Amino acid sequence: MSVHVSTLQARISGESTASSPLSTEEYFVNMGPQHPSTHGVLRLVLRLDGETVREVVPVLGYIHRGIEKMGEHGNYRQFVHLVDRMDYLSALANNWAVTMVVEKAAKMETNERIEAIRTLVCELQRIQSHLLWWGVFGMDLGGFTPFFYGLRDREQICDIFEKTIGARLTMNYIQPGGVMFDIHPEFVKDVKAFLSYLKPKLVEYDALLTENVIIQERLRGIGRLSAARAIALGATGPVLRASGVAHDLRKSEPYGLYAQVDFDVPVGTDGDCWDRYWVRMEEIRQSIRIIEQLIDNIPEGKTFLVKPAAKIKVPAGIHYSHLETARGVLGVLLVSNGKESPYRIHCRTPNFNNLWCIGEMATGGRIGDLVAMLSSIDIVVPDIDR
Amino acid sequence: MSWQVKTIAQRTGDLLPGSPWTAALYVLLTILAVTAFVTVAGLVLIYAERKIAAHFQCRVGPMRVGWHGVLQSIADAIKLLMKEDIVPRDADALLHILAPVLSFAGMLLVMIALPMSPSLQVADMNIGVLYVTAVSGLGVLGILLGGWSSNNKWSLLGAMRAGAQIISYEVSATLALLVVVLFAGTLQLSGIVQSQDTGWWIWRAHGCGLVAFAIFMIAGTAEINRTPFDLAEGESELTAGFHTEYSGLRFSFFFLSEFLNMFVLAAMASTLFLGGWMPLHIGHFAALNGVMDLLPPGLWFALKTTAIIFLIMWFRWTFPRLRVDQLMRLEWKILLPIGFVNLFVSAACVVTGFYFFAR
Repeated sequence: MSVHVSTLQARISGESTASSPLSTEEYFVNMGPQHPSTHGVLRLVLRLDGETVREVVPVLGYIHRGIEKMGEHGNYRQFVHLVDRMDYLSALANNWAVTMVVEKAAKMETNERIEAIRTLVCELQRIQSHLLWWGVFGMDLGGFTPFFYGLRDREQICDIFEKTIGARLTMNYIQPGGVMFDIHPEFVKDVKAFLSYLKPKLVEYDALLTENVIIQERLRGIGRLSAARAIALGATGPVLRASGVAHDLRKSEPYGLYAQVDFDVPVGTDGDCWDRYWVRMEEIRQSIRIIEQLIDNIPEGKTFLVKPAAKIKVPAGIHYSHLETARGVLGVLLVSNGKESPYRIHCRTPNFNNLWCIGEMATGGRIGDLVAMLSSIDIVVPDIDR
Repeated sequence: MSWQVKTIAQRTGDLLPGSPWTAALYVLLTILAVTAFVTVAGLVLIYAERKIAAHFQCRVGPMRVGWHGVLQSIADAIKLLMKEDIVPRDADALLHILAPVLSFAGMLLVMIALPMSPSLQVADMNIGVLYVTAVSGLGVLGILLGGWSSNNKWSLLGAMRAGAQIISYEVSATLALLVVVLFAGTLQLSGIVQSQDTGWWIWRAHGCGLVAFAIFMIAGTAEINRTPFDLAEGESELTAGFHTEYSGLRFSFFFLSEFLNMFVLAAMASTLFLGGWMPLHIGHFAALNGVMDLLPPGLWFALKTTAIIFLIMWFRWTFPRLRVDQLMRLEWKILLPIGFVNLFVSAACVVTGFYFFAR
């Protein structure tokens, strides 16, 4: 097996292959790091032939903070706080991923109540993340109104979180040994009220965006990703499932209380932008199902089983655990030497692998398609650079 | 009831034999009035757009500056005046400066031909429709120059998109205009309005008028670069399209002419299809027509134009954007054939006199 390595410079100075009877040239454009549709500081170098995209080269590193390296200097509980800043729309799932690997390695106990609360807040956050994606997706396709609708409804979930957790975005709620606080007395009531509010809103969303003929025209058959290529590129989450692979860690390796609840894994057929759109919209509905099954049956019990000041020591060795965030598989690899802080940490983040699918999808599309594809992957840039 | 049309140009002509200075003063006042109208209408439209957009999106919009934010547009205008006016180092400075002026001039020249009421029209040319079509084409020149002279690839892409789009959709818009010209039998805008004193062309022509109106609205929205056809600006794709490199006053000229073009489109649509300042008349029902005449013609024009502007804003805050190739397909494969068929059917209607209340 040979690996072909080429620098950006080499690619840019390559031969022009513009296809036109006129004497035209291909040209390069920097999309980002400051661009409305790259959702942060992502830089894409585009090789364009007129409006047609010939090549996309993602360039990373603009928001690299060395989160994994910083993790080596603190203890395990402090690292939980850091991972909030990776994929900030799945902060709770990130917390849980670290918690899971620490609990598994250090053989810490949890109870049913803790697991139920963790499952509930993570599903709420999945809805929250998908609502934000829906709004931004509409905006990237040129419709401004969905953005406000999506954000308006997402804020209500943030309000629910704020009552229990005290934070709206970077929550560090799920900790090794439990959750930081018990749920707010009004949590159950609020969540039920929100779900009964959201369900008719989803119908409204469909009327505004899903059923719009322009959206259907813009998305169907655009940015196809075959199942084989999706697996080869390491895509996970809705991107992989839209390509027809029913891989969801909540089903295949259930954690939390996912084994006890009944839900479906929506799967696409073509792997185009439309399938990715549909899969996410359907996942919102499935998350609602999961929450509805759990919200009335939160068991009684303590919510934090270790003393807050207790030192956590993980036995020496290599530990790995993964779970399904709103964007795909987040795996945390922990190398421990038995001390209080980890020897080495590596996070396998979903967005990094999902991003590289853009090269596969975008070739031959238009600039407008590229924006739709990038948005349908639903990247969060701080999760790519870490 | 017959309408006496007297334009400002005619009144100036009447003044001329008496004293050329009075006539000159009159012209000067007219120029001032048109400029003032353009400015005020621009501010009002921007405020209306912000408020309407806000209420479409479940928010309240500007609320702080003045009562319900009515002075917000003025504050924005002052901000734009204060901003540094940047001409990029590698830009073609002359063309860069000329582009917004051209864009603005195209809009301003159309403005003088609009019949707002029998007594409020600057000039009433006998080739009015042709003049409007020709002069509004100047705007695209401004956009092309702006994108080209900025020396920025995003601007260039936006300008090229705008060029292709506006020129393509002009064809359909003109075909739709021709339907009304056929029925009215004149190119003069006040003549077209007066030809509708037994009913508006949108319903008098057995559907031909309605189809032409729909085509005109779609093509017109594309010509003024508004969503779902805002590809030239294409914020999420091209950052800001052709005016990426513009700031301060020059940007505000592009911005203002964009909004005033919306007014021009609405005014043209209401003049051609909804009777302009002509009240709602149905045939020779004198009672109904008399009641409708109670409202002054200027108010009728304002109401119709406002309704169409609201419709255009509604488009913008509901629809996502089309893609470049879909845009071209819509024009050349869908709108244009329908437009041609519609034109032939209308011609047949006109020749046979087969429409409501034919003379």
